[in-house]
This record gives sequence, structure tokens and C-alpha cells, in this order.
Amino acid sequence: MLQNYRLDKIGLVNREKQLSFKFNGKKYFGYEGDTLASALIANGVHLVGRSFKYHRPRGFFGAGVDEPYAIVQLYRNGETEPNVRATEQELFEGLEAKSVNCWPSVNFDIGAINNFLNIFLPAGFYYKTFMWPRSFWYRIYEPFIRKAAGFGVASKEHDKERYEHKYEYCDLLIAGSGPSGLASAYAAAKNGARVILAEDKPRFGGSLLTSDVSINNQSGKEWADNIITELKGMTNVTVKNRAQIFGYYDHNMLVMSERVTDHLPKSEEFTPKQRLWYIRAKQVVISSGSIERPIVFGNNDTPGVVLASAAKEYMKIYGVLVGKKPVVFTNNDSAYETAIEFKKNKINPIVLDSRQDSNSEIIKEAKSLGIDIKFSHVVVAAKGYKKVKSCDIAEISEDKQNLNQIKNIECDCICVSGFWTPTIHLASQSGGKTKFKEEIDAFVPDKSKQKEVTLGSANGVFTLEETLKTSFDKGFELSKSITNNNNSQQIPKVSEKKHSKHDKFWCVPLPKGKKYKRFLDFQNDVAVSDIELAIREGYRSIEHVKRYTTLGMATDQGKTSNLNGLQLVSNIENKVVPAVGHTTFRPPYTPISIGAIVGREIGKHSKPTRKSPMHNWHEKNNAVFVDAGVWLRPRYYKRGNEGLFEASKREAENVRKNVGVCDVTTLGKIDVKGPDAAEFLNRVYTNAWLKLPVGKARYGVMLREDGIVMDDGTTTRISENHYHMTTTTAQAANVLSHLEYYLQLVWPELDVNVVSTTEQWAGAAIAGPKSRDLLQKLFPDTDVSNEGLPFMGFVEANLFGVNARIFRISFSGELAYEVNVESDNGNFMWEKIIEIGKDFDLQPYGTEALSTLRIEMGHVAGSELDGRTIPYDTGLDGLVSKKKDFIGKRSLLKKAYNEKDRQRLVGVVPLDKKTSIPEGSHLVKDPKGKLPNPKLGHISASCWSVEHNNPFSLAILKDGKNMIGSKLYAMSPLKNKTIAVEIVSSHYVDPKGERVRS
Amino acid sequence: MLYIKCPHCGLRSQNEFAYGGDASVKRPELNKEISDQEWDEFVYLRKSPRGKHLELWHHVSGCRQWIKVLRDTSTHEIFNTYKSEEKVG
Repeated sequence: MLQNYRLDKIGLVNREKQLSFKFNGKKYFGYEGDTLASALIANGVHLVGRSFKYHRPRGFFGAGVDEPYAIVQLYRNGETEPNVRATEQELFEGLEAKSVNCWPSVNFDIGAINNFLNIFLPAGFYYKTFMWPRSFWYRIYEPFIRKAAGFGVASKEHDKERYEHKYEYCDLLIAGSGPSGLASAYAAAKNGARVILAEDKPRFGGSLLTSDVSINNQSGKEWADNIITELKGMTNVTVKNRAQIFGYYDHNMLVMSERVTDHLPKSEEFTPKQRLWYIRAKQVVISSGSIERPIVFGNNDTPGVVLASAAKEYMKIYGVLVGKKPVVFTNNDSAYETAIEFKKNKINPIVLDSRQDSNSEIIKEAKSLGIDIKFSHVVVAAKGYKKVKSCDIAEISEDKQNLNQIKNIECDCICVSGFWTPTIHLASQSGGKTKFKEEIDAFVPDKSKQKEVTLGSANGVFTLEETLKTSFDKGFELSKSITNNNNSQQIPKVSEKKHSKHDKFWCVPLPKGKKYKRFLDFQNDVAVSDIELAIREGYRSIEHVKRYTTLGMATDQGKTSNLNGLQLVSNIENKVVPAVGHTTFRPPYTPISIGAIVGREIGKHSKPTRKSPMHNWHEKNNAVFVDAGVWLRPRYYKRGNEGLFEASKREAENVRKNVGVCDVTTLGKIDVKGPDAAEFLNRVYTNAWLKLPVGKARYGVMLREDGIVMDDGTTTRISENHYHMTTTTAQAANVLSHLEYYLQLVWPELDVNVVSTTEQWAGAAIAGPKSRDLLQKLFPDTDVSNEGLPFMGFVEANLFGVNARIFRISFSGELAYEVNVESDNGNFMWEKIIEIGKDFDLQPYGTEALSTLRIEMGHVAGSELDGRTIPYDTGLDGLVSKKKDFIGKRSLLKKAYNEKDRQRLVGVVPLDKKTSIPEGSHLVKDPKGKLPNPKLGHISASCWSVEHNNPFSLAILKDGKNMIGSKLYAMSPLKNKTIAVEIVSSHYVDPKGERVRS
Repeated sequence: MLYIKCPHCGLRSQNEFAYGGDASVKRPELNKEISDQEWDEFVYLRKSPRGKHLELWHHVSGCRQWIKVLRDTSTHEIFNTYKSEEKVG
């Protein structure tokens, strides 16, 4: 297979290693070290896509991150990725890519009809067209726009690749490895600073790779290679290629995306595809370089129109010609390097220079090589549809208003250079201001806001000598301020060609009678006429012009278009560019994949998983688990073909009849210690705590300051100044922060300490009529009789040689105990209970049975204490002390909290005693009432009452206190159910609470 | 991401902390009779200043101390940090 546009010798690709790849189904060859773009150009492929709006043919414009055109759909290792820039994607064996935004093919694209209808697609087309009728929006307009929008398709498969996050700290972070980056990194590293040097491209060196300079009698590339080799060998330096610093955030936090294996056919196991680095740097050097900007002329989007610097890069790095009959169109000296490179490779370029004359060193060299240079000449329009075939050129008057002697010349590419735009994105993101620099017609960073400095061409400095000098100085100075070392490096001798002034010319006028499209934004098809229209229609702010016309939007964010857009707006408005200002630079600088942002926190790793010490036993005994916050808890223990309903019913019945054991390790546990602990609890809980004796537990409710119930639980006085507090599983962390807040900030005079002991204790709840008999066998030396260990009693005991705490507390409403042992002994305790429990028909029960037991008892939990209820609502008002003050008490005086028909906890039973009521159902009076049907309350929790053998629910109901006995309807539009119900007491079982005291 | 100097631990990233609101709010004393309005102001009403703001942060994933941070709400500049018991200004 021939690579017709590949040069013989020059370039940095590895010609020993040929790679095959497919583009739009056709097989091609390239070399290791190619990008997809350079390999395609080597094969003479210039048509790679279609533009966004008009579906005009699209080729390559740049050679890197600024590329607006060559966006492809990539296929790699069975996965697909949209929005891949062909100019950045490195070639690997077997790579496959396809064009986007075209159908049925890039060569014959139906959508191209838009190009001929373009008079109907002006700026703001969508805003003007899809306004009416309103009802069309969802059904017709929106689906249509969605279909037309975007490049490529996102995969619907789960992304199997691995992405990682990394946190790093350094003295000096350097963004970009061009001359300023290398020099400052070297100076700082040699002075002992910890340096991270990041390069977006695979190769280090930036402009040194392609520019014709010498440093200390070495070529730019040799000098760069030597510096990098030395830096890599230093332990205080991290050097990363394929790493784009894309965001500058607060307090010198920068984020870098490292494309670890995007350049390989597939990622190795445990190797990430991409890695996101969060870097906190003491100082930042922004050496991000500059991007060449185009000159605007007719049909300047035709494939074959490229940036002059890109043409040079394709030759010098990849050994590839963008064309064999080039026209170089420039307003400055730098494009002459491209022309000279063509000439060196035996290609004859024609140079059109908009300036009247120039006689700098480089132009003399070009002349001496016999290059055809036409001053005061411009390209009027490119000709050709899918590739440049020729162009109209003309002489331009001194005032740049008039074109004379228009003639057509043959060519196959137009290399354009409208001077350079500093890449100031990072400097601007840091919060610093920018200023307009007249000499270069572009913005540069003004005063730094954070600890950062911008060097080299990113700062508008375009001579190597000055760049190296300031960069060596800055690297030394910044590192000295951090390390206090004093090792400065000698600044190398530089030889480079001096450039003369560029021409402020940026847009070729239209010849009389011609209506060529002159594009500003190539990715979004924004032409000069669109901006003119937007301004005629009254848009003034550059931010509005941007959004109305889409100038500078989409994946390239206007890297090549923004400044020309500003020039145009300022020309029309008769302002200077700085008066128009620029749009805001926001991170990310380049698109970042969602996978990299998410990192490893996916699936089960999206949150930590906490397991109790008895987890393995549950697993071995067919537990089906449920997420309870970050804990995994057994929901039920499956026997045979049982489902959730059968198993939980069996388990709950067994608790009511015999005895069950439930893992309650997950309950939050907080040690409260200190001489003022009782006083503190008295302020935290709504009920009285000062007189709780040692060895006794008490149920308590705590409020937020706004009177809403925050949490509930039992707290036990272990000894004089030591309390053991329990919280619900879900609120454990919040309660601890809440207690710390009051102890540290509100009542620092209280001598109390709190600490979480949740993980120190394993807990087992033993519940049921036979629980005391079982307990006696577990603790033969302890008196667990009703007198020895009464309801709400606490005793420390010995469980076969292991220290244990026994609390006589009950959530199930049965005679019940909770046994705690140190976590390491949790499994031992559990197995002992199971073993000895066999004699009492003990069964383990999960959270579903636990819920059933508490619901039919009318005990409240998270679904009632839902952050919207006060003690009265949940029937806890009896626990609110009238005598003492406590957190949130003053709020309970609020008028709304004391309305006569205030909502209250009730029980709900379906009239047919069969139909379970979906949780979340609304309670209404009239099931056929007009919408919105007034809601009287909602079902908070539902279960199958094992005591009554029918469904039972709890609800929070308006005027619930007076509604007992009334008939309502529970409606669930989600489940499409309407159920006739009766309101009953929330205490459906053992309303007098005799069992817990038995 | 902010870089907050915990007066107990040193410079730590924001993701170790939880925000705790205006540090100048004083809880009314216990057992003191106060008007509905005073109480409402304490519970609900907060200023949202642009500029300097003395605020509470809780070093939840660190030393678990509540600290005070004097921060500019628009530029995120942190002028100083204080222990909970330190008087500011």
C-alpha cells in the first residue's frame, strides 16, 4: 500500500514498524509514531467528516489540540468512543475509525443539502424557528434537534476500561514542555525543587521539535531531548507526556488528564486507560505556548486549507506532505519556515504575503532558495468542494479594502498563517485578568491572581532568546523561594532568525458580486455573515454573540476562531478589541472523558461497603443482603424456595412465638464521658436525663434547633460519668457531628468528650418470649430474671470467657435483650447464640422481619422520622419535657406546630384485610375527587402483620388523633392502586406494652 | 478545591472538611425567654455576604474539630483560620 504523501527520510516516526488501520472501512498503513491524522494525510485522505450545520466537507486544519474539524468515532478493543480528535489520536495496530455527522457516507452526505439551503439557516436559526406552536416542542422539535446535534454517538455499553485518580503535591507544576517549560523545569529542578512537568503531546519539546534554531550549538530538538533525559533521571522530578493540564482551580489545585493507554490497542489488566491527577502546587508555570490563528477568506473551510504551522509539523515530525502544490498565505514571518521546509523537500510553494514588503533574515533565506514570494497578495477564495483544487488570488490595496487583478492559480493546499494567539486558558481560569497586547493583536495574562506565572509564547513572547532567559530566571527564582537553595544554571546560547513585524490584516474582503462563505468558527459553521447578522439584530455583549451564533462553542471551544470573532465584532462596532473583551475561559481546556472524572468510584466502589463481624456467617447461611446506608445487612435468610415475603413472615412469626436473633452491629454507638455528661444529655434529648441511675438505659429523642426530630435511640449509664449512646444506623455520623458542634462551639464549658464506638462493638438483638431462657443459658453466672435485669436494665456479664454487655431493650416489642461484645468476638458470640438457641427454636431474622415487628408495634423509625416531623407527629410528644430546656424546644412553640388538626402517626388497615398498601400512598377522602385531590396524609411504612395475619401500615395523617375509626382511601398513582382503608391506632399489637416488661 | 489550614492539623484539602455555616451566629442561652423573631433569626436567617465571611468548618475526616475560617466568598481567599474557642476580630 502506497503512502503517496510520505516523505522519504525526515520525521520522527518509526519507519521500521508499519501499522495497519481502517478508516471508514478501508484499510491503510502508517508508522509507529503517527497520529491518525498524519497517517491519513500520508495516504492522501483529506476528507474526514462533515461540518455541523451545513454538512460541508471537512479535512484537517491543525495538528493537535486545536483541531476543529477532524473529529472521528474511534473503535478500540470492542468499545467505541465519540469526539476523538484524529490529530491527537496516536496510531496503533488495528485502529478503526469512522467519520461522523454524515449519512450515508462522508463522500455522499444527504445532509449536505443544508449547504444549499444555508440561506434558511442563519444565526439563531433554532431560536427563530422552533418557537411555535408550543405543543410541537416535545414531540417534534426537540427530538429533531437532538438527532441533529453533536458529533458521533456515545456507547450504550458499560465502559469496561479502568480509570484512576491520583493526588499529588509539588513545589512547581509546569504546564507544557516547550522551551519555556523545559527551561523553567530544569532551572527549578537543579535548584532542588520538586517539579512536575506535563506535556500534552506524546513528544516533549513543543516548538523546539519543528523550529529552525540552535541552542548551545545543538538543534532545538537535541537540546530538548537532553534536558528531558536529565530531568527524567532526577528523583525530585516527575515528567509526564500525554498529560493535559485542563483546569486551574482554587488555591493552586490543578487537574491533569493523563492518557495512559489511549495510544495502545488495548489496556493491560490493572492499567488504567486514563488517569486524572489532582495536583496541589506551590507555584505554577504556565508554558502552554500559542496557537496559530487563520486569516479569513472565501471558502476557507475547504479540505486542504491548513494552518501553516500544522503543515510544517506534518513534514518535520511525521514526514508527511499536506499537499504537493502548496500555497502559503501569511501576514507574518513564521509561515516562511513552512515554505522553506517545503522547498527543502523539493516541493515548490508559492508564498502570498499580505504585507507590502519585508526583508527580514528568514525572507532573505526564502528568496535565496528561489521561493516564489508575492507581497501585497492574498487568497480571495479556495476552489474545489471535497479538496482544494485551485484558489483565486489577488493583489490587495494598501488600505486592505480593494482587490485587484483577481486570478486563479492551481494548488492542492493552502497553508495559512494569521499570526499567533497565546494559550491563556489556564492563566485566565486561575482568576487572573487578561490584557490586550497591541503588538501581537492578542490577549496575554495580566496580573496573576494565584501563585502562577505565564512564560514564553503563552505570554506573548515569540523570541527563543528572551523566552529561555526569562524561563531560566523564573525557574530559579521560584524554586529559590521554596527551597532556599542557590544553584543557578547558565543560560544557553541561542541562535535564531529574527522576525519582522506581522501585518494586522486578518480578513480578506469579498470581491464585488461574490458571496463566498468566510468562516470564523470551523467546527460550528459560523461565518462572517452570521456575526454581522447577530449584531444587526441587536446582540452587543460578546457573551451573547457567542451564544446566539455558537461562535467558539463545542469541543474545540474556539481555539482557532475566538480572536478573529472578536476582531470582526470590534470592526463592525468601530471599537478596539479590548473594548469588546473576550468570553470567559472555563475548564476543561479540552474535553475530558466522563470515565476519567468518575475514576474508580463506580459500581460497588461508588461508596465504601461496611460489613459486620458476623457477615461471613450470614453469607454462609443464605442471607439476602440489603444496603443500609453504607452497611450491608441481612434482609432475610432464605430457606428453600422462599421469597422475601415468606421468609420475613416466618422469621417475624418465630420472634413472636419463640425467639429470634438479629445482627444490630450497624447501630451507631457513641461513648459520652465526663463529669457533665448527664447535663449534656439533658440538653441534647427532649426528655429528662439527670436522674437516670447507673445500670439503666433510657429511650431518648433528639431534635434539631428547628424542632424537627433528628434521631432516636437508647442511652445507657454504664458508670457515674460514662454513657453509651446508640443512634440509628443512618444518622450515626450526623449525630456525632451534632454533639461535637454543641460541645466545641456552644457549650465549651461542659466537661464532656464524645467518640464513635460503632466499630468497637458487635451487637445481637435476642427477641421473643423464650429470650430470657436462652439468655440464662448464655450467661449462667448472671441473674437475668425480671428482678435481676428488669426492662431497661443493663448489666456487664461474661459470655464463655468473653466480656459482654447486656441491655434489656426492645425494638420488636417482645421481651428482648441486646448483647454487645468487642467486635473481634462478634462471630464467637453469634455462633454461641445460634448453637445454644437451637434448644429454643431460635431463628436469625433480617431487617425485613425487624421492620414488620416494629411497624405492627407502632415503633417509629427513619420512615417516620423523615426530617419533616416533630415529636407530636410521631406520637413522641410524651417524651418532651415541659420543665427543662433542650435543643430545639423553643421551636415547638411555633403556631404551625400547635394547630389542632396537626398531623399524627396512625395505623392503617385495608378494609378487605388482604391488599397490601404501597408505601408512599396518599390518603384521601374521595378517590374520585377532582385533581389536585387534597392529600390528608401518606403511608410511611407497610408490613404484613404476623400477629393479625393481614396487611398493616403506619401513616402520618392530618388530625390523626381524631381520625381513628374513620374510613379513607389510600391511593398510589405509581402502582395504580386505590384501596379502601380504616384508620386504627398505631399500636396494633400489645398496645399496653406488657410483653417487654414480662 | 480549597486548601484549608486546620489550626490543629495544618493544610488540608477541602474534601476532608464539612461546611458549617456562619460562625458569628450565637445560640440564645438556655432557659432564656426570647421573642419569636429572635428565635427565627437564630434558626433560619443567615446573611449571604459577598466578600469576607467568618464561617465554621468541621474537620470531619481529620481531627473532628470545628474550626473558624475567615474566607472571601467571591474570591475564595482564606485570610486566616482559628480554633473554635479563639476570639476573632
